[in-house]
Amino acid sequence: MLKLFNVSKIFDPGTITEKQALADINLELEDGDFVTVIGGNGAGKSTLLNLIAGVHFTDTGSIFLDGMDLTGLKEHVRARYLGRVFQDPMMGTAANMEIEENLAMAMRRGKKRGLGWGILPSERVLYEEKLAMLDLGLETRMKNKTGLLSGGQRQALTLLMATLKKPKLLLLDEHTAALDPKTAKKVLELTEAFVTRDHLTTFMVTHNMRDAIRYGNRLIMMNEGRIVYDVRGDEKKNLEVSDLLKKFETVSGGGFANDRMLLS
Amino acid sequence: MGIFLAMQGAVAQGVLWSIMALGVLLTFRILNIADLTVDGSFATGGAVTAVLIVNGMNPLLSLLIAFLVGMMTGLCTGLLHTKLRIHEILAGILTMIALYSVNIRIMGKANTPLLGVATVMSKLQDSFGMSPNIASLLTGIVFSAIIVLLMYWFFGTEIGSAIRATGNNERMVRALGVDTDSMKILGLMISNGLVALSGALVAQSQGYADVGMGTGTIVIGLASIIIGEVFRGKHVSFGGYLIAIIAGSVVYRIIIAIVLQLGLKSTDLKLLTAVIVAASLAVPVLKEKTARRRLPGVLPGMSLSDHETPQERNPTDDAANTANDKEGM
Repeated sequence: MLKLFNVSKIFDPGTITEKQALADINLELEDGDFVTVIGGNGAGKSTLLNLIAGVHFTDTGSIFLDGMDLTGLKEHVRARYLGRVFQDPMMGTAANMEIEENLAMAMRRGKKRGLGWGILPSERVLYEEKLAMLDLGLETRMKNKTGLLSGGQRQALTLLMATLKKPKLLLLDEHTAALDPKTAKKVLELTEAFVTRDHLTTFMVTHNMRDAIRYGNRLIMMNEGRIVYDVRGDEKKNLEVSDLLKKFETVSGGGFANDRMLLS
Repeated sequence: MGIFLAMQGAVAQGVLWSIMALGVLLTFRILNIADLTVDGSFATGGAVTAVLIVNGMNPLLSLLIAFLVGMMTGLCTGLLHTKLRIHEILAGILTMIALYSVNIRIMGKANTPLLGVATVMSKLQDSFGMSPNIASLLTGIVFSAIIVLLMYWFFGTEIGSAIRATGNNERMVRALGVDTDSMKILGLMISNGLVALSGALVAQSQGYADVGMGTGTIVIGLASIIIGEVFRGKHVSFGGYLIAIIAGSVVYRIIIAIVLQLGLKSTDLKLLTAVIVAASLAVPVLKEKTARRRLPGVLPGMSLSDHETPQERNPTDDAANTANDKEGM
């Protein structure tokens, strides 16, 4: 499904702020894998996601999706195959545009856009149906600007947009980090429901160890630009937060104490 | 009678210049780019139409050519900005400065009079016995109506929606598979095409094209938009918004005509326009500041013991968000 070979990334090479963000990452995702990715700040989780999405290009190595070489493709070309939800709830929707307009944009992901109408009357019925599944009452507010929605509503809408046209790979970049715990839980439940229903291969970056254990069938831990732990199946299911903490301490030489993670 | 004629002229000029304001609206409000190319492309439109008419071309056809040449100026700025990563304002300034030379090259001199040749307005005057002002007004109304209809249609299409979304949230649009560079280039092209068309109409109306006719165009465009937005109600459709901008352009010209009648020199107008724009941009900021002063200690960071500058936030958004969050999401 997704294959990464020897992927490296250095930011600001040759300057005083040079940082090796990723070092020789090799990773293979099976079809239908739901991978949660954890690690401290600067571990390279989001960089890895952004390299897959095409926000940055890799320095070395290559990225394949379903046999296609994505390595040199621009972000908007890769978007044809990828669904994305961002950490910042503002990032996922166009605030000045209506809910239905945002959905119509998402519906046309990967399609050539022409001078046909941006939204057809027939689509509205579909969107109403899909919005009703979120159970947030958004189906009655389709003409509202998304700027009027709360952070949780926006993330739920972005999730719907990312999966409206089934992506080959769903990329979630700490998409519940900016939400309060209750809302975060709801958005994660929606995520799981969508992933299960459409059998989506998913790459979910998170800061929350409990979520990383609870959701998905595989867990990856990153540290200093490397994958340091990779579990799946029953072993992953039986993990405890304390196991992960212990693991973290060993890989980071005991110096690990990221309060954001400890609290979560 | 003098004032009446001056007002008539002001309304006619306002409508002709409103097409420029619609072009500036596209970049400044829809695409969220401050494009300074317009000072050059406005004069380019005038230069192109004047030279073509003097050389015997149909004045209507010359307007179309002016529009297309205007699009090329936008393409230039767009490429500088997107492909060469030059800051939008600098990219616009570079094209604008270059166009000064180009416009003189087009005309062969700094000024091309349209005396004794047929323009759209002079034809109307001859055929229907209209006064110059009425002929200009009628031409302006016809053209601005067509432009409003076309813009209304275009921004409802897939590409138009993608341009609107690009101005709104570039990252999201790229994630949805849109080449935002192309959208910006296309937007800049259409915008400068409209600005050049407006310049061509103004040149035909005033009977000459001049290399300096575009100076200050961007500020006039902004003034028209800002005045227009005062007329626009809270929940007006996109079409209503476009018409409000035309009204803004007309009101701007009427204000100018009034101050001229009051004895201000025409050379003072640029100062006046700059003051109008600066003042209108300042009003919302000042309003917010006075609102804060009236509520000491209520807003975060506003208590006397706290010397931190309050964070820039949108209070209504926050209020809506917290309210919504309380309902569960």
